[in-house]
Amino acid sequence: MSLDQNNQTSDKKLLMDVKDLKVHFNIKKDNALPWSKGQTLKAVDGVSLSIYEGETLGIVGESGCGKSTLARALLRLLPITEGHVVWLGQDLTQLDKKQMRDKRQELQMIFQDPLASLNPRMTVGEIIAEPLKTFHPSLSKEEVRDKVKSIMTRVGLLPNVINRYPHEFSGGQCQRIGIARALILKPKLIVCDEPVSALDVSIQAQVVNLLKELQAEMGLSLVFIAHDLSVVKHISDRVLVMYLGNAVELADKESLYAKPTHPYTRALLSAVPIPDPDLERKKKVQLLVGDLPSPINPPSGCVFRTRCPHANENCAQSKPVLSPIETNHMAACIRLEDIA
Amino acid sequence: MNLLDVNNLRVNFGTPDGYVTAVNNLNFSLAQGETLGIVGESGSGKSQTAFALMGLLAKNGLVEGEALFEGKNILGYNEKAMNRVRAEKIAMIFQDPMTSLNPYMKVGKQLMEVLMLHKGYSKADAFEASVKMLDAVKMPEARKRMNMYPHEFSGGMRQRVMIAMALLCQPKLLIADEPTTALDVTVQAQILTLLNELKDEFNTAIIMITHDLGVVAGLCDKVLVMYAGRTMEYGETSDVFYRPTHPYTKGLLEAIPRLDANDDVLATIPGNPPNLLSLPAGCPFQARCVHVEDRCRKEAPNLEEYQQGKLRACHKPIDFGVAS
Repeated sequence: MSLDQNNQTSDKKLLMDVKDLKVHFNIKKDNALPWSKGQTLKAVDGVSLSIYEGETLGIVGESGCGKSTLARALLRLLPITEGHVVWLGQDLTQLDKKQMRDKRQELQMIFQDPLASLNPRMTVGEIIAEPLKTFHPSLSKEEVRDKVKSIMTRVGLLPNVINRYPHEFSGGQCQRIGIARALILKPKLIVCDEPVSALDVSIQAQVVNLLKELQAEMGLSLVFIAHDLSVVKHISDRVLVMYLGNAVELADKESLYAKPTHPYTRALLSAVPIPDPDLERKKKVQLLVGDLPSPINPPSGCVFRTRCPHANENCAQSKPVLSPIETNHMAACIRLEDIA
Repeated sequence: MNLLDVNNLRVNFGTPDGYVTAVNNLNFSLAQGETLGIVGESGSGKSQTAFALMGLLAKNGLVEGEALFEGKNILGYNEKAMNRVRAEKIAMIFQDPMTSLNPYMKVGKQLMEVLMLHKGYSKADAFEASVKMLDAVKMPEARKRMNMYPHEFSGGMRQRVMIAMALLCQPKLLIADEPTTALDVTVQAQILTLLNELKDEFNTAIIMITHDLGVVAGLCDKVLVMYAGRTMEYGETSDVFYRPTHPYTKGLLEAIPRLDANDDVLATIPGNPPNLLSLPAGCPFQARCVHVEDRCRKEAPNLEEYQQGKLRACHKPIDFGVAS
């Protein structure tokens, strides 16, 4: 694997190995005739990555870059068009429904909208207990209740709210319920899809700290998806930057934020406002021109070339792949030497 | 004379559960060409302040106090008088550019309408002026885009249309309610750069409502920090950012993960924002404040000018230069 050759983290245990994952959707225009051919929307178009035990992989990108689709595809919540998701040596794409269901004990997810991801007609206790009841039906009522209460305490919820309903909680508390539900089966990997985007700054910090603590305590691996680069920097060990369904840069956190290499990563990082008046006013922003192209008809070659300040005619020829620049740092760009 | 003086602004909402005071005794002023940032978390009353100024409160909303715009209290205006103020004197851009544009009307028509109604322009003049304004907000192929519908634009482009529309009558004051919250960072950077340029070009005063302290840092001259409908701290941007004296402001600044720092654990503000229906007696921030003392639970601190141009409402402020 070219991905691993360059990776020092490979002494850690490899949990998930994703190879050339593609998720395409067939869509038809609203006014299309019934017999007309649909178009293909390439939401994720060939992404490879690995996830190691106990680490956090951050995935960043702007709306429409395919980060949420990728997250769902990792857990096979979406049909995968091509490629492999190998979980502990087993290819998840080959499993049938029942086998996949068993695997979900080890793979859990936390969603973006804390309230919408909780059933409004179930109490907090029932919501958190549901995974337990599904996978361990032999547990007695008391055992389930004890487990639920202990996990609630762990995520910072008072056990006496066990009989309340989701609408009685604030956004931050709802997210804690979501985290408790994901943790109750003691999974190995949790995919967090924008878990703090809907929360206020003061609450966001609480939830981020909680996730970090839980990870250290339980040895969890996290895939942390966000559009906020500062949050991702805070929580991740490695970061993957996506643009229009493609991985453009994958590197250790320190390396990526100190030396962003891909022109898109550079533009993205320079655009983040810094809460410091002097620094923010002195900062040079690399403004991107134009809009994100449609994933239905992406540009040939490098998908970023239409907005890249360094693009030349060669960029349209073939699609660049992630290739190593230095230890634990890969970028997908053919003009790296010229623009460094 | 100040362009805008807001005195003791209160906004109440009658709800089935009782009265909710969304904005409680707000005071601030704004000079021509100045930019004020209003920051706060959800429910702090920052948007309701803007709606109150524009006369756009929901039907159950009740506004008290005064807002003197060029010396006249605009809060008492009837609908007809208010309509003259809107767009001509004060314009507003909203958070979600899709829901604030009419999906059934071509963008050009929506822009021209403003000029024809408010300035009595002819159709042809309005068209040319609109194209010019779209050019000013850096809309590529402005002339062609006049004939397009809002759904044909991307989020950033729609926000440019909104900004162009707000600036058509060259208002003295522009109220921007979270104008970049729904946008991606690279698009946000484009819009903020644009606002900064337009501010200089048209000498418009701006009230920037946002929860993103980074946006305030880059754009605003002064900052007003709100919590539970009240002003917690007010002052020059650099003072508030580098020398925050209110525990809430300090907590807020520390809770943001920053690109230019490498801290392991984020400082947090414990607890949750209070329910506006059942605010505690005393300071609204008491339950989450690390410096809380008995007095904070009994009486609400008044907003006081503790130094020239710097206001805060706190019994136990963090003082700089004084050993604590």
